[in-house]
Amino acid sequence: MLALLSGQAAARSTDTVDNVMIYIVVISVILLLGVTAAMVYFVFKYHRKKGHKPKDIHGSVILEAIWIGIPTLLVLSMFYYGYTGYKTIRAIPDDAFEINVKARMWEWEFNYENGKKTDTLFVPAKQNIKLNLESYDVNHSLYIPAFRIKEDVIAGRINYLVFNAEQTGTYDIACAEYCGLNHSMMYTAVVAMPQSEFDVWYNTKDVSAEPENIEDTSADSSAVTDSTLIGGGNQ
Amino acid sequence: MSNGTVAATEKNFYEEGTSRHKGILGWLLSTDHKRIGLMYLVTIASFFIVGVIIGVFMRLELIAPGPTIMEAQTYNTLFTLHGVIMIFLFIIPGLPAIFGNFFLPLQLGAKDVAFPRLNLLSYWIYLIGAFLVLLSLVLPGGPIDTGWTFYIPYSVRSTTNVSLAIFAAFVLGFSSILTGLNFITTVHRLRAPGMTFFRMPLFVWSTYATAWIQVIATPVIGITILLVIIERAFGVGIFDPALGGDPILFQHLFWIYSHPAVYIMILPAMGVVSEIIPTFARRTIFGYKAIAMSSLAIAFVGYLVWAHHMFTSGISDTARWIFSLLTFIVALPSGVKVFNWVATLYKGSIDPKPPFLWVMNFIVLFSIGGLTGLVVGSLSTDIHLHDTYFVVAHFHYVMFGGTGTIFFAALYYWFPKMFGKSYNIKLANVGVALFFIAFNMLYFPKFILGYMGMPRRYFDYLPEFQSLQLVSTIGSWLMLITMIIVFGNLIHSLFKGKKSHSNPWGGVTLEWHTSSPPPLENFHEIPTVNHEPYDFSQLKEMDYESK
Ligand code: HEM
Ligand SMILES: [Cu+2]
Repeated sequence: MLALLSGQAAARSTDTVDNVMIYIVVISVILLLGVTAAMVYFVFKYHRKKGHKPKDIHGSVILEAIWIGIPTLLVLSMFYYGYTGYKTIRAIPDDAFEINVKARMWEWEFNYENGKKTDTLFVPAKQNIKLNLESYDVNHSLYIPAFRIKEDVIAGRINYLVFNAEQTGTYDIACAEYCGLNHSMMYTAVVAMPQSEFDVWYNTKDVSAEPENIEDTSADSSAVTDSTLIGGGNQ
Repeated sequence: MSNGTVAATEKNFYEEGTSRHKGILGWLLSTDHKRIGLMYLVTIASFFIVGVIIGVFMRLELIAPGPTIMEAQTYNTLFTLHGVIMIFLFIIPGLPAIFGNFFLPLQLGAKDVAFPRLNLLSYWIYLIGAFLVLLSLVLPGGPIDTGWTFYIPYSVRSTTNVSLAIFAAFVLGFSSILTGLNFITTVHRLRAPGMTFFRMPLFVWSTYATAWIQVIATPVIGITILLVIIERAFGVGIFDPALGGDPILFQHLFWIYSHPAVYIMILPAMGVVSEIIPTFARRTIFGYKAIAMSSLAIAFVGYLVWAHHMFTSGISDTARWIFSLLTFIVALPSGVKVFNWVATLYKGSIDPKPPFLWVMNFIVLFSIGGLTGLVVGSLSTDIHLHDTYFVVAHFHYVMFGGTGTIFFAALYYWFPKMFGKSYNIKLANVGVALFFIAFNMLYFPKFILGYMGMPRRYFDYLPEFQSLQLVSTIGSWLMLITMIIVFGNLIHSLFKGKKSHSNPWGGVTLEWHTSSPPPLENFHEIPTVNHEPYDFSQLKEMDYESK
């Protein structure tokens, strides 16, 4: 919800997910407070006293209908809202720039169409990106918290993940499916840069070169890069 | 109703057993459902305490980023062990095996369960399963590190004692199936005269619904486990893609059992709530049939939502929306129950004694767990929150805040019946209040951590998560203190407590119609039922004197 407060969404999906979250949480908080308040009120109001006679009320068809009916409408709306948002997140745009991702215990490898290969994900901002996810060994899950998206990387099949980074910046990529010893250290980052800068880097001959000015691109982001964790070091 | 009030001179089930053995053998070989229930209580509570202690050590490791008190591999085996103990040894058997065993026959007006020897066998199978879990810790190869979900391919590749540990889960499954069978038969065959289905207490209804899940769903995990063992032992490609298998198939099979298992955990707890609320409000339950039928609805619709654990696994988008929709539907019967419980307080005569206070805790914590279930049931939000601390918070709220809380509620409610002793009410109230604070301190930060992007099963974490992790760890210390108070109070009362009135709360279901502790065959004479279950006008006939 950090992006919510700062008012700048890192990606389109960030807003979509945050809005669904707010919708469900607001309704939930109202229901929770309602139930709790009613319970506490009754406990005080009908506290056992001498001479006070409880009344056996066996139920009410009307009330049952109400508290089945209204929640049904509420949860259906939550479902619908969650589903439509999800459809936009999962839709594969025609112009998507594809990158092949390979995961292994405990690192990421990003393969670009022109043969470039990196361990940090470099993408142009404001461009639809499609990641094709493959695993060399066990299950992993590519998770970009700032974009609110993840998809498992399952051995033996190719899953995909689509996103569009609205803001240039550096964002964490974590592994979200338990994969053994260094699962918690399987961090890398996605660097979203202006299209022009990306093009310059993408067209340099040296396949393993990292983009220049990378510090500059990440300067406007508050996200912690992978180096924090690796630097924090263990093992 | 002829309430078999027993003459004070008659022997209770502690003094008279089913076998000619005395001492410990008189327990281990006893077919008395009450003794079996108490043996389960001791065993399961011990595992629970071990699980809690492991949890507290994990929290200590997580107090700061980087290694604090252990290495990554140790952490990974600890969360696996914590999960396995809490799921397979505590919460799945928990309420049915302890309170179902002790109170199902009593509430039905029966002398015992339908198959008393089978019941003892279930206990023994449970013990063997538990022993195998422990054995897997010490054998060469080392304790299992796969997480309690045993996902493939990792669990095929791991060199730890995976096969033995999951075989233990296989064995434990049989204990569960046999208990379920026993309860179903007992409910159908051994109801006292006049005890129609709609006069059964709601705890019986929910245990009955649970028993069906135990019988129908558990074999699926059994078969799945055997397949994994075959794959590990002989390299037959079933789930591991390297051998030509499909890892997603494993996830399906695993959750086809393990999702219904979630209802095995929660349904009996809901039954206990439906007992405690009328007793302390001293009025009939609101919406008896709605509550009973919602148990069955949960039991059967609960089979159809398993793939909501797999929204990010790459299953088709069609499957994703269908399972999301069904997930929202299965939330409704739980909601119905909560509303009916609260409505039961209306115009009651409420005496908020400790068991009732535990139930109030339950309503709040379980509601938070259930409502956050809607968050992860929705597709958009789940792809962000799946496998993060949000989920860790959600399932602790449901399992610990829900079923765990009711484990204590049931203990505090039925303690005088089981042991004939009373406990310190003031200290019990303190325990309830502390529990509420400790619980929320321990787990609420995890919701926020999850939304911030902290994945679960992480030995190490980014510095930005530190302050909330610290709050959670301090919460775990408070929880430890709470547990000491809560258990300590009861253990102390067991030895030093005053003798309890046979019906201290003014309950009217059949277990309150006999002495505390009950005699070997429960009732002096089998009662005839001519009241609905929560008809408190019976209190007069029962010579109950309110203090
Ligand atoms: C003082 C009590 C407890 C503490 C401090 C505690 C703490 C934790 C922690 C730190 C994790 C690991 C989260 C992660 O890294 O992903 C965890 C996982 C888990 N806990 Fe607890 N917990 C407690 C009680 C319980 C109870 C009562 C239950 C069940 C009834 C339970 C069931 C689980 C399960 C199933 C897991 C998942 C294990 C896995 O990921 O394989 N816990 N708990
Ligand atoms: Cu991983």
